[in-house]
Amino acid sequence: MKEIEKTEYIKSKSKGERFFENWSLYKKNKAAVLGLIILMIFVLVAVFADWIIPYDAAIDQSSAERLQNPSSQHFFGTDRLGRDVFARIVHGSRRSLSLGVLTTFFSVLIGGFIGICCGYFGGKFDTIVMRLCDVAVSIPPLLFALAVVAALGANMTNLIIAITAISIPGYIRVVRSVILSIVEQEYIYAARMCGSRNGVIMFRHILPNAMGPILVQASMNVASMMLAAAGLSFIGMGVQAPTPEWGAMLNDAKDYMFKQPYLLIFPGSAIALSALSLNLVGDGLRDALDPRLRT
Amino acid sequence: MKGVEKTVLKYIFKRLLFIVPTLLGGILIVFSIMNLTPGDPGRQILGMNAKQEQVDQLNHELGYDKPFFTRFGEYCIDLSHGDLGTSYRTRRPFTEELVSRIPNTLKIGLSAFVLSSIIGISLGILAAVRQYSLVDTFSSVTAILFASIPGFFLGMILIYVFGLKLGWLPTFGASSFKHFVMPVATLTVATSVSLLRLTRSTMLDAIRQDYIRTATAKGCSKNRIYWKHALKNAILPVITVMGMSAGTVMGGTVIIESVFAIPGMGTYMLTAIRAKDIPVVMSSTVLLSLAFCLIMILVDILCAIIDPRIRERSIG
Repeated sequence: MKEIEKTEYIKSKSKGERFFENWSLYKKNKAAVLGLIILMIFVLVAVFADWIIPYDAAIDQSSAERLQNPSSQHFFGTDRLGRDVFARIVHGSRRSLSLGVLTTFFSVLIGGFIGICCGYFGGKFDTIVMRLCDVAVSIPPLLFALAVVAALGANMTNLIIAITAISIPGYIRVVRSVILSIVEQEYIYAARMCGSRNGVIMFRHILPNAMGPILVQASMNVASMMLAAAGLSFIGMGVQAPTPEWGAMLNDAKDYMFKQPYLLIFPGSAIALSALSLNLVGDGLRDALDPRLRT
Repeated sequence: MKGVEKTVLKYIFKRLLFIVPTLLGGILIVFSIMNLTPGDPGRQILGMNAKQEQVDQLNHELGYDKPFFTRFGEYCIDLSHGDLGTSYRTRRPFTEELVSRIPNTLKIGLSAFVLSSIIGISLGILAAVRQYSLVDTFSSVTAILFASIPGFFLGMILIYVFGLKLGWLPTFGASSFKHFVMPVATLTVATSVSLLRLTRSTMLDAIRQDYIRTATAKGCSKNRIYWKHALKNAILPVITVMGMSAGTVMGGTVIIESVFAIPGMGTYMLTAIRAKDIPVVMSSTVLLSLAFCLIMILVDILCAIIDPRIRERSIG
């Protein structure tokens, strides 16, 4: 009994140590820390959006206040329908950030699961899935996403489905290749020889060892998923008015940008800045977690 | 020698043959997505207020009232005869629109692809060879900045600065050389970024290898090491990514064309998707996928030519 407690104690400590080791590696990268700070600000804004400015301000239209330049009343001015741009950006952060995170989450979950099965079981199942991936990859991703959104209807849920769908094949391939390199390791043979069930081997022995590369891949992808979602919203195939979303706001700004450039600059900068912070964090995580780059 | 050529040709033929099932699969997927959802083209074209009889009549004329697999089969048969179908919306044959629109898309796509390959790869090599130098820092910072700015935002900034404020370049349309400057620039920047980052990291990987140390030790000149030993090993993933960036360019043209209001395939496809103009969507998908498949095969063949190990594995 005591023995077990002891080993568990050692195990948990080494986990904590590993975290601090990774964190100290991450900390060295100043750009990555800056990215993390910006990202935290965006996350806080998204979480506390209702405290910062009520949602009504983002969708209430008022013809008297349309196209006003930034002022103390409307920090970022108002758009063509008299809606407060600052409020729309604050509340838009919820859509844009969650689009990036949710699509990544679902595609890692689904793609990861299929990828593990492919890499672990191999055989016919693997062949069929890989051929299907070849087919899916041969359709240009944006076109595929557009077709999905067009067929299901343009709204946030379907946008998530579309973006997730186009990124799943990529994750299947990445996860599969990672798993293939692990399946051949001795401790997997050992586990098999001990009579562990497939599920236990897959999720207790293989998955933790594959987590690093998968997480790195995922964190590098959040920004591009967010940009893809914003792009689809921009061409009107994503989040619909009046819901505030940065890509759709840019599309709204098209006809007014000459006289009201702030309509273009604020939402665009919000997209670029959040994507930049995600990219910096992704790069930092890769450098800290990828042992190949550790020299 | 003749035997080698024969196997290579056989390999290429096999890959080309494999396009057919791949394309059929792709067609089936997109065809199902476009069809298995509510809404019909008759209603789309005539509007919400049209009588149901008129809608049915139009659907019948378009052949939309036939069962799903009949239409799928008919489409595939037409396709195998080289008939790309007729638009539901405009009733004009697809090929007619294609001929008038594809030059614009090709101009933008090809120039952006060539330019971004040149810029991305050469800057990437330079950054890796002079790691931590000014060039490296500058290009890395620029790369991560531009990787975060979406193409449509960059395009709009360009329109604002060079089109509206300075008045140097036209902001929409495609009637002269000047019209293509901003779209090509936008797409080039967006595509070259990923190429730059990848070239840099693979080149760095290659430079750190033992055989580079050996080459240095035996007194090879720096240039010879970089251009002969390192680049040859770093170029493979770069070629693969060039192939994929061709795909990015294809997708990018859709958004860029809509930012700059260019009458190309992208805007055509976008309106077709919105209006459920199934034949147009299908034929665009087929053409794009075919182009993409061919590029990927070309990439694999190039890789096999450069790297004997791959040649051995995939052809041998």
